Amino acid sequence: MSDAVKVLIIDDETQIRRFLRIALEAQGFSLSEAANGRDGLVQAAMHRPDVVILDLGLPDGNGLDILRRLREWSNVPVIVLSVRNAEQDKIALLDAGADDYLTKPFSAGELIARIRTALRHTAPAEPDGLFRNGPLEVNLAARKVTVGGKSVKLTVTEYDLLRLFVQNAGKVLTHRQILKTVWGESSGDEMQYLRVYISQLRRKIESDPANPQLLVTETGVGYRMQVTEKQQG
Amino acid sequence: MTRDRIRRKNKGTDRSDPDVLLDAIRSDEDGRSRGRLKIFFGMCAGVGKTYAMLQEARMLLAEGKDVAAGIVETHGRPETGALLEGLERLPLKAVSYRGRTFSEFDLDGALRRRPAVVLVDELAHANVPGSRHIKRYQDVEELLDHGIDVYTTLNVQHLESRSLTVEEITGVPVHETVPDSVLDRAADIELVDIAPSELLKRFSDGKIYAPESAAAALRNFFRRGNVTALREMALRATAQQVNRHLTRYKAGRKIGETWKSGERLLVAVGPSPFSTQLIAWTRRMAATMNAEWMALNVETQVRLTVQQAAQLTANLHLARELGAEVAVVRAEDTVEGIVQTALANNITQIVVGKTEEGRLRTWLKGGSLVERLVRYSGNIDIYVVRGDVIPQTTRPPRRLPRLTSGRQFGVALGAIAAVVASLFAAGSLLNYLSVAMFLLFAVTLLSLWLTMGPVLFAAALSALAWNFFFIPPRYTFHIARFEDVLVFSLYFIIAIVTGTLTSRIRINKEAVRQREARAAALYAMSRALTSADSTDAIAAIAVREIDRIFDADAAVFLNAAGLPVLHHASGFSPGAKEESVVRWVAENRKPAGRFTDTLPLSDARWMPLATGRDIYGVAGVRFRRTTVFTLDKETLLENLAGQIASALERERFNGERRRADTADASERLFKTLLNSISHEFRTPLAVISGITASLTDPGLRLGGAARDALMSEVNDAANRLNGLVENLLNMSRLESGNVRPAVEWCDVSDLFQSLKRRLQREAAGRPVAFEMAPGIPIVRIDSALTEVAVGNLVQNALRYTPPETPVRVRAAVSGSDLVITVRDEGPGLPADILPHLFKKFYRAPGSAAGGTGLGLSISRGLVEAMGGRLTAANASRGGALFTVRLPAERRSVGPEESNE
Repeated sequence: MSDAVKVLIIDDETQIRRFLRIALEAQGFSLSEAANGRDGLVQAAMHRPDVVILDLGLPDGNGLDILRRLREWSNVPVIVLSVRNAEQDKIALLDAGADDYLTKPFSAGELIARIRTALRHTAPAEPDGLFRNGPLEVNLAARKVTVGGKSVKLTVTEYDLLRLFVQNAGKVLTHRQILKTVWGESSGDEMQYLRVYISQLRRKIESDPANPQLLVTETGVGYRMQVTEKQQG
Repeated sequence: MTRDRIRRKNKGTDRSDPDVLLDAIRSDEDGRSRGRLKIFFGMCAGVGKTYAMLQEARMLLAEGKDVAAGIVETHGRPETGALLEGLERLPLKAVSYRGRTFSEFDLDGALRRRPAVVLVDELAHANVPGSRHIKRYQDVEELLDHGIDVYTTLNVQHLESRSLTVEEITGVPVHETVPDSVLDRAADIELVDIAPSELLKRFSDGKIYAPESAAAALRNFFRRGNVTALREMALRATAQQVNRHLTRYKAGRKIGETWKSGERLLVAVGPSPFSTQLIAWTRRMAATMNAEWMALNVETQVRLTVQQAAQLTANLHLARELGAEVAVVRAEDTVEGIVQTALANNITQIVVGKTEEGRLRTWLKGGSLVERLVRYSGNIDIYVVRGDVIPQTTRPPRRLPRLTSGRQFGVALGAIAAVVASLFAAGSLLNYLSVAMFLLFAVTLLSLWLTMGPVLFAAALSALAWNFFFIPPRYTFHIARFEDVLVFSLYFIIAIVTGTLTSRIRINKEAVRQREARAAALYAMSRALTSADSTDAIAAIAVREIDRIFDADAAVFLNAAGLPVLHHASGFSPGAKEESVVRWVAENRKPAGRFTDTLPLSDARWMPLATGRDIYGVAGVRFRRTTVFTLDKETLLENLAGQIASALERERFNGERRRADTADASERLFKTLLNSISHEFRTPLAVISGITASLTDPGLRLGGAARDALMSEVNDAANRLNGLVENLLNMSRLESGNVRPAVEWCDVSDLFQSLKRRLQREAAGRPVAFEMAPGIPIVRIDSALTEVAVGNLVQNALRYTPPETPVRVRAAVSGSDLVITVRDEGPGLPADILPHLFKKFYRAPGSAAGGTGLGLSISRGLVEAMGGRLTAANASRGGALFTVRLPAERRSVGPEESNE
């Protein structure tokens, strides 16, 4: 068993698979491929990949079914490839346990960044409980937040919200996932609260709230804590 | 005469030219799709029908036909039993009823097994309650409908039209009957006949029934006289069928002149059980004369009791069953109704029953019903058929419940007593002649509420009370003065006449009101259905209207992929048992359930929603209270079902047309697409393949800066292709009406953020400003669609304005709308292109290369799909101004939670 990160690509397009193989192998990933969902599940069981890249438009059934079957026995990070205008599908997949998504066309750089993020999720939390991202610094142990060295006061809910993004840094979170974690099951459709809190949070942590760099919107899907290059970990 | 008729045609026994032809065609077609029915017909039990049937079955078996015995009664006769050896016998179905178990023919089993020929003995058998059909002949009909041939046996006494005659001859009641139309529809009838003496010998030998069961009644039945009479009837019935077949054959082959009697019979049907005899008689008559016949009920003011209404419905059903055209007309007088209908329908002969009529009534009307009929009917023949006393065993006389009437008599008594008492109390204030006026007034008032009997009672009572209490000498029934005797007589007559008249007017009005209500109900429903624009709406209207008209729960099943599926608008959800009835109705396109002969133990009455073309579903009516299902109601229900079915059919055609229109439109789009934008695809493709070829060409030795520049061109070309595909996809979504806005709370600054990212490439180096009016709230819109719509507007502005000029996107709120404007500082929009700006594939004349003319039309399509408006104008300070107006709920942004 080599140390290389194992990636499984499930996509029916040979050209996409070839493109990803060239790009990812150049980065030192070890690749396996499947051209349909059934084969993909077999490969996933056989090779135990570290990351799965799943195309939404497979010939044998929709990606959601394949994801659900995979999730029955595996927690491997799954990145979904989809097309624009398929927001509802994306949400369904993310809510069903996909870790992230990429809209076609995408660059190899974007994909590799997403793979790294997905892999980081599975790594254990940092021992010092300190999170740094650009000007933002969050001390999870002490519940202290500073921006550019200046301490910021957050309400309880704002802090819970920020902590959720910090714990999932770099990863997209759907509206429902956020609502469920911060407000609990009952507030399933209370989307407007979320908008209000996000807007308040941005005013406190973004240097230019109208042009956010940390908490970015994924239209129709949710929000993402964008991880800047300097971030360590 | 109020004429309002309900009539229907029955295909059974029409004998006019086109009908015979149609019949012939139908049975020709039946020969292919429907199974053939062969009846082994005999005069009575024991002639050997089952034996003959089994013999023939064995012959078929020997020919290699797939024959199975569905049910065969051997009555323990060994010769018959022997014939059954070697024949496949379908398993019988055990049906339990009231704690006993009966073996019945298993219809479903036979349908599953699908042999070519099924033997079903004793056609007239009545099934155990709880079976699908009341009678076995209906099981047979269903087998035939499914294309299975059936061999069966039948005795003449079981024919509906003959049963009463047989009853008269033999004195043995006949309970199990089949309609004559079954015989008419049989492809073959084989008469099984033996000499009476032979039959009687077989009977006394115990060959027909086992000796112990040859009871006295049977012994009465098997008498030489009886048997001979029965034999004659069987022979006649067979001869008639042979004649019919010959006529049909001639019609089909055009041999000679097809003959038609030209006679038309009309039988007057009332609410009396005796009418069934009349109907049977007329049917026989019509059959012998080869004539058409109709059954007529004249509704007069006389109010029927529930039992009478039920009997009338049964009578009219019987007539229809036997092949009559059934009509109901309304008239003041029975004779008038009969004569008018007869004249209107070219009736040549009228059949009426001989009835007992009161002498006074006869005298008042100017003769008995028959006398007047003879007088007014001109050259129409009148048959008067003797009315029999109906034997108790077959039809027990029904006592009318007097409950409501009793109450009415009580009211009459009470009211008159009260009026008399108050007049009495008034004492000397009133002259006894004025008292008469008050009493008369009271009687007239009562007649507005009560039926005829109680009104007459009130009239008589008041007259007597007047006499007793007021006419001198008072407190006697004696009248002193001759003048008073006259006045009293006059009072009596006037009271009765006014009471009767008022009461009659009221009943009349009531009837008219009911009819108007019915007509209005139909009209209201048809109007509602006309405006219905979806099957859901039709189903909802159907449920609502049936509920309203019949005061009953209604359920609607619509056919989806050939199976009836309960519609969610239904007023009740039927259980599994009812659903099997629904499936049967859908499959057989016949009504079933309560008040029918098929699965009558169901809770609801189920009607097929079928037109001549197809079946669209099934509607069910579950009455909340027990009611009599009169012919009127049934006709109304049939009409409603017909209207619903037509509406569903119309909707299906509309749907097909819409689909065809969409297909047309997308074909047009496709053609335009090919013409106008194929080069749009070619340009970036040419760039990509040209550059990649050059890069791999070792001869060119491209490297370094040139290589990077070319790669960036490839990237741009690929992005252009991607944008093009996205535009086309959006366009096709809009075209097919597949854009369903998913409205969610959304922060406008979020929207602008994603827009900025989306436009990053196109806006490279261009100043694009995003502004938000202060205090802009959180709005409920579909952010993804809005982003595409506004993004296209910005792209459009970038493309058609000079490179250094800015584009401004601004969001504001106006009323409950979110308003997003896109303003540029370019040359503005020429007036002549404004009307075409949002058309598909429209590009302003002289536009630079690149662009499909789809962007703006997509924007408008998306905005409209979200219920908003997109307009274009020239800004006052120059440049084009596009305004998107979206309806949006708002919510102001503000700190909702105080800081720690």
